[in-house]
Amino acid sequence: MSENQTFALEVRDIVKRFPGVLANDHVNFNLRKGEVHALLGENGAGKTTLMNIIYGLYHPDEGEIFVNGRKVTIDSPHDAIRLGIGMVHQHFMLVPVFTVAENLILGAEPTKGLSLDLKAARQAVVDLSQRYALEVEPDAIIEDLPVGVQQRVEILKALYREAKVLVLDEPTAVLTPQEVEELFVIMRQLTERGVSIIFITHKLKEVLTIADRITVMRRGRVVGTVRPQEVDEAKLAAMMVGREVVLQVEKSPAEPGEPVLQVRDLVVEDERHLIAVDHVNLEVRRGEVVGVAGVQGNGQTELAEALTGLRPIREGQMLLGGKAVPPRNPRYLIEHGMAHIPEDRQKHGLVLSYTIADNLVLCTYYKPPFARGLQRNQAAIVENAEKLVQQFDVRTPSIFTTAGSLSGGNQQKVIVAREFSRPVDLLIANQPTRGLDVGSIEYIHKRIVQMRDQGAGVLLISAELDEIMSLADRIAVMFRGKIVATVKAEEVNREQLGLLMAGSPASEVLGQPQPAA
Amino acid sequence: MAEKTTQNPQGWWPQMKRLLLSFSVPLGAVLLALIIGAIIIEVSGASAWKAYTALAKGAFGNAAGWQRTLEKSTPLIFSGLAVAFAFKAGLFNIGAQGQLLFGAITAAWVGFAVHGLPPGLHAAVALAAGAVAGGLYGAIPGALKTYTGAHEVITTIMLNYIAMGFTDYLANGPLKDTTPGNIVARTPAILDSAKLPTWGWLPFGFVLALIGAGFAWWLLQRTTLGFEIRTVGQNPHAARYAGMKVARTVILTMVISALFAGIGGAVETQGVVGRYEPGFNANLGFDGITVALLGKTNPFGVIPAAMLLGAMRAGSNVMQFKAHVAQEITDVVQALMLFFVAADMIVRWLLRIRAAEEGEKITLSTGWGSH
Repeated sequence: MSENQTFALEVRDIVKRFPGVLANDHVNFNLRKGEVHALLGENGAGKTTLMNIIYGLYHPDEGEIFVNGRKVTIDSPHDAIRLGIGMVHQHFMLVPVFTVAENLILGAEPTKGLSLDLKAARQAVVDLSQRYALEVEPDAIIEDLPVGVQQRVEILKALYREAKVLVLDEPTAVLTPQEVEELFVIMRQLTERGVSIIFITHKLKEVLTIADRITVMRRGRVVGTVRPQEVDEAKLAAMMVGREVVLQVEKSPAEPGEPVLQVRDLVVEDERHLIAVDHVNLEVRRGEVVGVAGVQGNGQTELAEALTGLRPIREGQMLLGGKAVPPRNPRYLIEHGMAHIPEDRQKHGLVLSYTIADNLVLCTYYKPPFARGLQRNQAAIVENAEKLVQQFDVRTPSIFTTAGSLSGGNQQKVIVAREFSRPVDLLIANQPTRGLDVGSIEYIHKRIVQMRDQGAGVLLISAELDEIMSLADRIAVMFRGKIVATVKAEEVNREQLGLLMAGSPASEVLGQPQPAA
Repeated sequence: MAEKTTQNPQGWWPQMKRLLLSFSVPLGAVLLALIIGAIIIEVSGASAWKAYTALAKGAFGNAAGWQRTLEKSTPLIFSGLAVAFAFKAGLFNIGAQGQLLFGAITAAWVGFAVHGLPPGLHAAVALAAGAVAGGLYGAIPGALKTYTGAHEVITTIMLNYIAMGFTDYLANGPLKDTTPGNIVARTPAILDSAKLPTWGWLPFGFVLALIGAGFAWWLLQRTTLGFEIRTVGQNPHAARYAGMKVARTVILTMVISALFAGIGGAVETQGVVGRYEPGFNANLGFDGITVALLGKTNPFGVIPAAMLLGAMRAGSNVMQFKAHVAQEITDVVQALMLFFVAADMIVRWLLRIRAAEEGEKITLSTGWGSH
């Protein structure tokens, strides 16, 4: 590649200010034709702001944007699409009950007279699939398709609008390891056909696998642009966070004690009264971390909600410390030694409009010393907050700051502080580090291992294979509501877990018949 | 305003500023409504200045004016508290009117039918009966919401009609005043022993209303029950997660909310009307919605809001007499106030107030099945 080539996309000295925040501070970024350029950074580093500027959702305060060497202004997504910039969002923008072809043309429908030309739409799907070697069935209904294929439809949608620059926003978050590999193949095929790709992520392994160049952002600034050959995970993590990060959790071998959670033939329904958890058996003992691995949407959410009393149990039994628990009673569980880091911290874990102090007593507000008779004891609540904020390193100007104005990592620390400040026999942690930055992940992992070492049992539910692999002592793989295998962490590798998560039979993957858990 | 029970000790001025800022929309709405009201008066050929000064004189010009204003404000404070209290749990109690009617007629019944009680006690018993009647009527929509998922906005509206019809029937049938010559629907006059006193120009009911506002604030901000109510209102999912009994809290909140409305009706009966007579209670409950919104659903904000509406009612007669402006103009102004508070974007745009902060917003109604 020559030095004076024109870039498919280039931004120069982009500045974007929000009240109190410099979201983009003189950001320079360029995208060569036909490359995969990864944009790496923690939450709040300014990646999303930059992409929203490129896609016309924000207007930069300063700076210039060039497409194919020509200076442009992008005032709306409409402008962006016209300039050949396509965006694939993390959450798909598809109509679930429409076919692939119908979704593809949505917003740019070919017409014949007054009516929709569906034949032309189908043909467009076929043509595009062929041109970019992306296999999709035009008449399939979206909701019947696996997530990986839905994502392909999103990409096709952008290509149908003649995108030459594709922005993929955290595209691997919802995929199985196998689907991730397929996505990478697709990305290669696209770049060979002249499409340039901006790949936004916070996963270091993926970046090193697929990217031609990597730009790292931190606190609104570009820290540097590197080639994957020049760096490794540790270096990238250090660039992102600004200090050395321990990526591997340090933990000693587990010393399991007596069982603290026993689950027998548990059946749980989802909102539509379909069976989401299908005769699950599980046991968690003191001093061990049991990881539940699985692609999102295979019943983990319903399992966690049932175990924490938020969702009715249809059949089966749950014993906490050897005793059967009353149905749908979170307070009983809280009072009998269960701590719960919920999957959705903003929906279940916090009251965003409350102060940190109030959030820290959300589960114990009615007990002394936080209550005296009918009244709340302000002094004790304040004292508790000051102690926990310090002990759990919550970064906040004050304990009277509302939880909603904290960063994701600090919100999670508030939850961890609250849940860990009670005597805990069993911790149920559901996606405890989702969406958090590397530094916070490191911290929360350390705390979970500490909890284990103090003799609590831990049930860790996570869609992140790395998290499961590094924290769990035993791993249960969940697929379509069933636990399809339970294995010791050291006896299984990533590929095997990936296959199990995708539904391959345990006997094939592990080479031996699996005894029931 | 962010929900706060643990007060921020960072000095009074920033707090005061925030408080004033949070009331800038209601104040702007009142101002805008008065301006548009003035334009209407001018267009209709009268003097807006004369009308408004006459209104103010009628409301605050002398002791009698003050007494009228306070008497008119009293039931509005109670119904405003009822609506505001339910708001804190995320419930929109449109049924204050029905609850108030039951409170009013029950107090009247205890007031005329129970004999032989000493004065203070009789009044207290009648008040309590009114409160309980209102509260029980509020338990119905609470239970319906909890056990069947029926939205409280719909059920309270329907229950208002039932309450109006039923109290009309009682006042025209079993509880009708049978004094020879009476042809209107009303109960007999309550005994003197059940009447609430007025000290000079200060009605006892108004003092009760102030105590009620303080009680509502204390309950919400200082008690564990209040913490539960506010948590259910702010985030029912988190409330359930934390082990709170959301269903119980919803019913209890509706009952307490309706207790306020019931007392409002009882105070009107025992302090002003002296019996139950349907026309006297018209709209007192509905106006509680305006009062609660103008007061930012803050128990102490309800007091000035109710007094503003009360003053407009108390002074409208004098205005009609002196400035020859129909008293109905006060209804127009009041409706405009509600309009501008509800459509707060207009006021924010005119006064250049930044958008509502998280937690500062008042959700008028949550969607179907959102709990």
